[in-house]
Amino acid sequence: TMRKGVGTGAIAKKKLAEVTLQLLLLLCICMSKQLETFKSHLEEFASKHKQEIRKNPQFRVQFQEMCATIGVDPLASGKGFWSEMLGVGDFYYELGVQIIEVCLALKHRNGGLITLDELHQRVLKGRGKYAQEVSQDDLVRAIKKLKVMGNGFGMIPVGGSYLVQSVPAELNMDHTVVLQLAEDHLLKEGLAWLDSQAAGEAQYWLPALFSELSSRDVTPEEANQMTP
Amino acid sequence: MDRFTWTNSHLELNETYVIEQGGVRLYDGDEKAKLNVGTAFLTTHRLIWSDIKYEDSCLSIPLSQIIFFEEEAARIGKSAKIVIHLHPAPANKEPGPYKKSKFSYIKLSFKEHGQIEFYRRLTEEMTLKRWENTPVSQSIPPPVAGSRGGHTRAVGIVGIERKIEEKRKEMDKNISEAFEDLSKLMVKAKEMVELSRSIANKIKDKQGDITEDETIRFKSYLLSMGIANPVTRETHGSGTHYHLQLAKQLGDMLQAPLEERGGMMALTEVYCLVNRARGMELLSPEDLVNACKVFESLKLPLRLRVFDSGVMVVQLQSHSEEEMIASALDNVSDKGSLTAEEFAKLLGLSVLLSKERLLLAEKMGHLCRDDSVEGLRFYPNLF
Repeated sequence: TMRKGVGTGAIAKKKLAEVTLQLLLLLCICMSKQLETFKSHLEEFASKHKQEIRKNPQFRVQFQEMCATIGVDPLASGKGFWSEMLGVGDFYYELGVQIIEVCLALKHRNGGLITLDELHQRVLKGRGKYAQEVSQDDLVRAIKKLKVMGNGFGMIPVGGSYLVQSVPAELNMDHTVVLQLAEDHLLKEGLAWLDSQAAGEAQYWLPALFSELSSRDVTPEEANQMTP
Repeated sequence: MDRFTWTNSHLELNETYVIEQGGVRLYDGDEKAKLNVGTAFLTTHRLIWSDIKYEDSCLSIPLSQIIFFEEEAARIGKSAKIVIHLHPAPANKEPGPYKKSKFSYIKLSFKEHGQIEFYRRLTEEMTLKRWENTPVSQSIPPPVAGSRGGHTRAVGIVGIERKIEEKRKEMDKNISEAFEDLSKLMVKAKEMVELSRSIANKIKDKQGDITEDETIRFKSYLLSMGIANPVTRETHGSGTHYHLQLAKQLGDMLQAPLEERGGMMALTEVYCLVNRARGMELLSPEDLVNACKVFESLKLPLRLRVFDSGVMVVQLQSHSEEEMIASALDNVSDKGSLTAEEFAKLLGLSVLLSKERLLLAEKMGHLCRDDSVEGLRFYPNLF
């Protein structure tokens, strides 16, 4: 049998490590070159179709889904190519700001729970007549991004749509519970009101689902008085 | 604006549409005309404007009245405009929206963009001067998209509708081309993803050998492509040079706002503040979080803090925990008991952050709670 010297195994390993490292560095160089090429492809695409992304919600959906399929998140960073060249980042990040502001403004009234429909309406109103069209899909994607900042942004499926939650509260309920009853928790947090004087059994009201309330201005003082 | 005349949308003989653009507001000189936003049409002979709501009442002005025109670039809050200087109105001019105007120029304000193309076509028409071709001369104007030939009298509304239909077809063509190009682009992007994955795997194996610089460079490649980063390091986490820079900027920018707000701001609040200030090239939520995570390693006086509830805040380092808890205890003892809302009003903080402070004081054993359907109330802990 061949006697292995004490050193030979270690040297071979070291040599292998060096080669692998070289390979790795080469790959990195290759990647940086590829990146430049890709960037120019993206620039070309942007010069022809940037408008499409801004103006066409359907196209945005398609774009997002394709990115997701290949494992790319075009909204991860404002410094990303997608954001810089297609302007897709600014579109969603600004939408995020508008969503936060709407939720904050209405929190004293609805306890931090709002239907996606109402959120959509109010965001559109805030953006003005001549702003780019914003779809509910756009809102949902923007909200998904907001989640990384903590603060309890979440979406609860209800019926065919969503309730958007903007405060941290343990709302682990499925849509049937939301529609049927409010738990004590909701009452405590002021998200639901108990009507013990209703005919028959006691009833729970969810202010977030009041459509009339959203058209009338209620001050925080009034809201406090209303809470039993 | 006193050069315009009322007209219907019928075209003259030989007159053809060149381009139309919606979302246009007229200005009499520098002042907004007393009209709604409408649609501007350019023909070979005239500039026509029609109200969105009342399509039959149009204003028009012959192109021959134009002395010269120029672009006015868009600014913050103001749309791009084309300024058109006009000859004085002839004495026998038909009635129009304005009897008299002190201005000899008008502006078209493009609230839905389109000014570049409109300007280009206007330039073209002003060069070609096709309105000077009389019907007597047999010269037929060169075919323009949407033209209906030289000798038929087009009915205005039908002509407009046809133009819209053509525009829609063109849009469809654009969209399908866009989708095609998008698919090709995605194929290339996928190659990048696969390459980066094989590199990332190798880096994981060789974590000890590869330099910090190389790792950071690789991370910035991933950041550019929007590829999730599987390689993290203690020192910078998922950060890159970009995030380090950002952290320093935030350190400067947030000092004053934090002090105004009692030393603490919810991360969503910071996000809105920073992005509103930037106006463009906005930060993504992840950019913000990643930047905040390196405050400590950069020895900046700010910290990112995550409460048990999941609420994330940026906090001034100077704002010691003990101070906050002590002041919370003082306030509660003073009033006997406090809810988060009452505390918020007292301090001028948001309810969210006030609640976090009370919870923190409770966690440290200084406060205890009375949890009922009437709400959550905190009392000094006498146990």
